Amino acid sequence: MELTINGTKHRVDVEPDTPLLWVLRDELGLTGTKYGCGVAQCGACTVMIDGQATRSCVTPVESVTGAAITTIEAVEADPVGRKVVEAWVAHQVPQCGYCQSGQVMAATALLKQMPQPSDADISGAMLNLCRCGTYNAIAAAVRDAARS
Amino acid sequence: MNASFPLPSQASAADPFKPSRRSVVGGLGALVLGVALPQGARAQNAAAGIKPGTRVSAFLEIRPDSTVLFRSPFIEGGQGVFTAMAQIVGEELDVEPTRFVIEGAPPGPDYLLLGGARFTGGSMSVRKSYDTMRRLGASARSMLMQAAATQWKVPVATLSTEPGRVLHKASGRSLAYGALAKAAAALPVPTQVSLRASADFRWIGKSVPRLDVRDKATGKTQYAIDLKVEGMVHAAVQHGSRLGLDPAAIANEAEVRAMPGVQSIHRLPGAVAVVATSWWRARRAVEALQVTWAASPSASVRVMPADFSSEAHRAALAAATGEGIAAETAGDVAASLTGARTVVEATYDAPYLAHGQLEPPSAIARFNADGRLELWLPNQAPEMFQADAAKVAGLTPDKVILHSPVLGGFFGRHFLYQAAAPYTQAILLAKAVGRPVKVIWSREEEFLRDALRPLSVARFKAGLDADGLPVALQAVAIGEGPVGRWFGRAADKADDSAVEGIAGKPYAIPHRRIAQLPVDDPAIIGFWRSVGHSMNDYFYETFFDEMADAGKQDPFALRLRLLGDSPRHKTLLQAVGDLSGGWRRGPFSAADGSRRARGVAMASPFGSEVATIAEVSLNGGDIVVHDVWVAIDPGSIVNPAVIEAQVQSAVALGLSSALFEEVVYENGVPRARNYDSYPILPPDRMPKVHVRIVESGAPMGGIGEPGLPGVPPAVANAVAALTGKRIRSLPLSKTDLKGMAG
Repeated sequence: MELTINGTKHRVDVEPDTPLLWVLRDELGLTGTKYGCGVAQCGACTVMIDGQATRSCVTPVESVTGAAITTIEAVEADPVGRKVVEAWVAHQVPQCGYCQSGQVMAATALLKQMPQPSDADISGAMLNLCRCGTYNAIAAAVRDAARS
Repeated sequence: MNASFPLPSQASAADPFKPSRRSVVGGLGALVLGVALPQGARAQNAAAGIKPGTRVSAFLEIRPDSTVLFRSPFIEGGQGVFTAMAQIVGEELDVEPTRFVIEGAPPGPDYLLLGGARFTGGSMSVRKSYDTMRRLGASARSMLMQAAATQWKVPVATLSTEPGRVLHKASGRSLAYGALAKAAAALPVPTQVSLRASADFRWIGKSVPRLDVRDKATGKTQYAIDLKVEGMVHAAVQHGSRLGLDPAAIANEAEVRAMPGVQSIHRLPGAVAVVATSWWRARRAVEALQVTWAASPSASVRVMPADFSSEAHRAALAAATGEGIAAETAGDVAASLTGARTVVEATYDAPYLAHGQLEPPSAIARFNADGRLELWLPNQAPEMFQADAAKVAGLTPDKVILHSPVLGGFFGRHFLYQAAAPYTQAILLAKAVGRPVKVIWSREEEFLRDALRPLSVARFKAGLDADGLPVALQAVAIGEGPVGRWFGRAADKADDSAVEGIAGKPYAIPHRRIAQLPVDDPAIIGFWRSVGHSMNDYFYETFFDEMADAGKQDPFALRLRLLGDSPRHKTLLQAVGDLSGGWRRGPFSAADGSRRARGVAMASPFGSEVATIAEVSLNGGDIVVHDVWVAIDPGSIVNPAVIEAQVQSAVALGLSSALFEEVVYENGVPRARNYDSYPILPPDRMPKVHVRIVESGAPMGGIGEPGLPGVPPAVANAVAALTGKRIRSLPLSKTDLKGMAG
């Protein structure tokens, strides 16, 4: 199976219904994308599929063979992603940090589709869980990234 | 012999953040880097009576480029302790905090800074090591200056430093720390050093940016679950539904063995495991196993009864009789209750809670060619895990190398609890397959085996005088505390972790008796952020409002009155009142037309003092928490930005527990096995959080936990003010508030 991840083609030999998350982590060593729940509840595994924030833990790898997959490892190669990361640093968002790859990917996907989101747009798109409760810092960082 | 810095160290060779080939493959690379601070040397040091926190070389390695590697006795899990260590040590060493690279220290006597032990918990890290870490930094600076004095042949008194350099102003000479490190390392650690005056602090007390945010915002930080060692295979497990069950028969072993990537199938104590070429394959296979379970013959296993239910346990606690073991007494509570004008009584309860940290537990175990066992696992107590792993492997602790990566959340999850972590399985599997094994628990297995915040019931009885003021308070906390469970309980002594937050309150109620009525808990119980305070301050502070209502007192004014003897608490309560724009209980109409009310609560957790106000409304039957104001007095501080972040975090977790969280057991098993059935606070339920730090100058208190305990009672008190309904059982969402005024 051939996958296009962060602009590079990779051949992987896995069962077609393997979740993309585990292909990224175990087959390709891209461990920035996290396993949290495995049932699309927490969002720690969020990546972009053709620009769309997607929960990779429930995405069969066979469904994304023709797609452009972007993971946190390449987020700074994207100008919007870079802005998001800078806002994350400026607002000192992460605490334990485990959910933050997914949060940054969700924010990047949002701002690529909607450069000037309203607060309602932000709360409609930023649904990932954070057990450290960094939600206020996340919302502030997204607003700031949209302004910059 | 003086140990020296830079030291060929275990930590630098086997950096848990970078488990590169060279670090994890034995042999030449490891040899060059000197994997392992020789355990023999450690034992000698212990025998020689190492005083924890004094041997500079155990903590600091100044590299040629003048960056500083610091081995932290405390593990980073989001609370900002690595940054705090860089601030404190850097202040005295005279190195900018940004120049530090920090990792969790390996097990060893140098790091036993909490009364001869070590763990990351109890909100103790900074407050208990602050003085020691300052002296450590100052000692290293003194050694660098002495090395320069020797090299330049000038008196050390003529030297000074600027960040990262030693200066001889008279001659205009200077040398970078990196150029002096080797010579400094050969010097003895000074017995006396002088510390900077606090007025001259550049980093302590300032909002120094965290050292770890950029890596965490770009996915570079590696947690235990992300690590990989050469030749490693993956394992997944299926546990028996209850503790005390072992696998007896497997109906479809041959079929499962034929599944893709499966290498072997194993029967373990309390679980079956599949080893495979990837974790997903291992998981799919292990969950396909059709296992018959049977009672374990092992007497060492705690057994979860097949008929256990959390509701029945709650009812049993509520029905338990007796006065319990006194933890705090004053005056004559019985006589005072008899003579009281009004008596108020209420019984409260709070449920089991799961930690729900987002990083599922994992462990990597590898037996090295020299017979030692090397482990990578999330933990808050390296020496305790090392000792237990040694027992499992049949080795002495010095033959166990333990790496403690940063934690993807912990909140008390990663202490050593029986059967609640996968390292035992990793060790047994690595031994069985002769290769390094990484075990990851699925989220479902994690919910099955987490160590829970205990369920507890508290009974209160108060007496009010003719003026409506409380004069007597009798309280009994019923249940078991985690300190007693894991560190032993004296038969005649209350467990602090069961009564804290009911005992130790600051109010001047002259006649008091606070007690614990111990009742064993069948579940595996553990420490959960703010421990007993997480529920006891809810019980007490909510009952306080019941006393106020019965005596027709405003709850804020009554608190202020009963704090009359304590300026520190009064100041704090007034601070939170001011921060919220002046106390008003409500109900009142907000600008958006909603009807709202406020509740207040105080707590004295982990050496800090906290006052909290919450504002709520109802939306349908749902409680909406709009704002939470927190005034916190930790005595003195290291990093105000980190304190504010920790208060935000504690408010989120406290609110999550107040509104939603409850582990329910039926027939010996937990009902929820993932976040879909164990909801935690989502982003759209996060209130605005306003923080004011008050530095009273009292001895330094904790930060990671203290923001939590005031939140559930402040919210519950606000709900009572809004609706007139007093909710005495958490989570609040169990109580139907539909149709209530609001």
